[in-house]
Amino acid sequence: MPVISYIQAVTKALKEEMRNDDKVFVLGEDVGVRGGVFRATDGLYEEFGEDRVLDTPLAESAIAGVGIGAAMYGMRPVAEMQFADFIMPAVNQIVSEAAKVRYRSNNDWNVPLTIRAPYGGGVHGALYHSQSVEALFANTPGLKIVMPSTPYDVKGLLKASIRSNDPVLFFEHKRAYRLIKGEVPDEDYTLPIGKADVKREGSDITIITYGLCVHFALQAAEKLEQEGISAHILDLRTVYPLDKESIIEAAKKTGKVLLISEDNKEGGIISEVSAIISENCLFDLDSPIERLAGPDVPAMPYAPSMEKHFMMNPDKVEKAMRKLAEF
Amino acid sequence: MSENRHEVLGLSDEQVLDMYRTMLLARKIDERMWLLNRSGKIPFVISCQGQEAAQVGASYALNLDEDYALPYYRDMGVVLSFGMTARELMLSAFAKAEDPNSGGRQMPGHFGQKKNRIVTGSSPVTTQVPHAVGIALAGKMEKKNFVSLVTFGEGSSNQGDFHEGANFAGVHKLPVIFMVENNKYAISVPVEKQIACEKVSDRAIGYGMPGETVDGNDPLAVYEAVKKAADRGRNGDGPSLIETVSYRLTPHSSDDDDRAYRERDEVDEAKKKDSLITFGNYLRDAGLLTEEKEKEMEQELKDIVNDATDYAEQAPYADAESLMDHVYEEGGG
Repeated sequence: MPVISYIQAVTKALKEEMRNDDKVFVLGEDVGVRGGVFRATDGLYEEFGEDRVLDTPLAESAIAGVGIGAAMYGMRPVAEMQFADFIMPAVNQIVSEAAKVRYRSNNDWNVPLTIRAPYGGGVHGALYHSQSVEALFANTPGLKIVMPSTPYDVKGLLKASIRSNDPVLFFEHKRAYRLIKGEVPDEDYTLPIGKADVKREGSDITIITYGLCVHFALQAAEKLEQEGISAHILDLRTVYPLDKESIIEAAKKTGKVLLISEDNKEGGIISEVSAIISENCLFDLDSPIERLAGPDVPAMPYAPSMEKHFMMNPDKVEKAMRKLAEF
Repeated sequence: MSENRHEVLGLSDEQVLDMYRTMLLARKIDERMWLLNRSGKIPFVISCQGQEAAQVGASYALNLDEDYALPYYRDMGVVLSFGMTARELMLSAFAKAEDPNSGGRQMPGHFGQKKNRIVTGSSPVTTQVPHAVGIALAGKMEKKNFVSLVTFGEGSSNQGDFHEGANFAGVHKLPVIFMVENNKYAISVPVEKQIACEKVSDRAIGYGMPGETVDGNDPLAVYEAVKKAADRGRNGDGPSLIETVSYRLTPHSSDDDDRAYRERDEVDEAKKKDSLITFGNYLRDAGLLTEEKEKEMEQELKDIVNDATDYAEQAPYADAESLMDHVYEEGGG
């Protein structure tokens, strides 16, 4: 099976869906001739032409809003926000429009739109090229938020998002783009949106996380295995709506739960995961639910000293995992 | 009397009478809704009164079997022209299950009906502008020949979505008709405090499209401008911006009291230019709206409005539990 990078899996999924279905097209800033600033749409312009690989004016609300209009007509647009940090001008379109169209029209209209955006830090991106923005959207019924961790999941979930008849925010960790590689079959496959995935079976502690942090947890688990600590790792994959069943099952499995996120701690996705566990697993827990997350400051600073201090890494994860195991 | 202007525009006698009938129907439904509101039967009304000529004139210039409408909350004249019925509008006013706009989920004036290509709308203003551009883009990609008509108020023309949408349509030469229904007020704020340029249509040059301001009380002037814009769109010449100037004859909504911010004289003066009067006179002068015809039409519309009111009042509400439905596609992955 071919081994490709996380970003190559994005490109592959886009290319396959565009070949499969004439209704699929991409739009965004620099997605055309340039192939995207990260090269996620590399080669699409050459293969599918200007009509289906559309360079838009620099205006995020229009990228989302025009995508919504085309989707309501019956197309399957894939809109790119150049950085998740720049999605803010489009929030009204995403939250007031895309998320509510099916509901407000009593199922008459719907929005099969996918919005892709690179998020996350550790790339010297400073405050406005590093943020995790998922929590801002994660109490908006009508939206689905997908945040894959591996190239295999990227391809399967991006294809599922494009085929979804409801709007999907698809957040890609930009540091994972070239750092993370994995086996991805050439065959067509999709993965279910809304389903978490066990990335490692274990019996002593449960780690629930998503995105790049999944890899930090997997690395730390390898090390801890040698010390006799067995970690069970659940990758949320879809952070809204959450897969409650899998979360409860994973928490009950070991009774000790560590939740990890790169985002600021307060009010984040893992806070909701924590609430689900406390509502459902009181008598199965052997320790308090632990949260490991970014500090509650506006965003990641530029200077490497401060960026490193903010950013999640395998050492921080390993330390927290060991502490929980020893509880 | 000017000689038959509608014939010069290629409109038949039947067509202009039908335009008048639709304008009058919108007015009659609207007036009934106010009565229902003031008698405590429906919680809210937001009016089309004063803008019927612009709404109906524009719609009749389009292909009502193929073109798309993205109306704003006052556009009863647009949605009636596009095929929504009086019953359906009343069902929305009473928030009943059968309301095709939203099944009673949205306030009245939040139009939407897919079978008639009336695109669902929300309350944050001007969000429909980029949608109209997206629909036009899809039409161009699919090699269709339809245009999209998107309407909004002059206050809304200050929103970023107007700018972003108009610019996008201009750059990609998309068949969109941007129509500003300038009724002089954004709730209480007059147009002079909304825009610094003389006319909203002055903004068109910034988007590389023609801009035109027309008398919004004259359905034939609006028809002519929109027809030209639609032809441009279908010929691949891109979007147009049209501003129709009229006056909001009612308060902003049933919850507003306009005596706090505008003089009665001003409103009275505007009522003299009410399109139902002026266009009615045009049709009378042309010998089309005879006394007999008028009586007949009044009776017909009264019957329609009565029937719609009775029907909607008696129709059931949606089941309470149905509020859980249609958040996502049923069984969707």
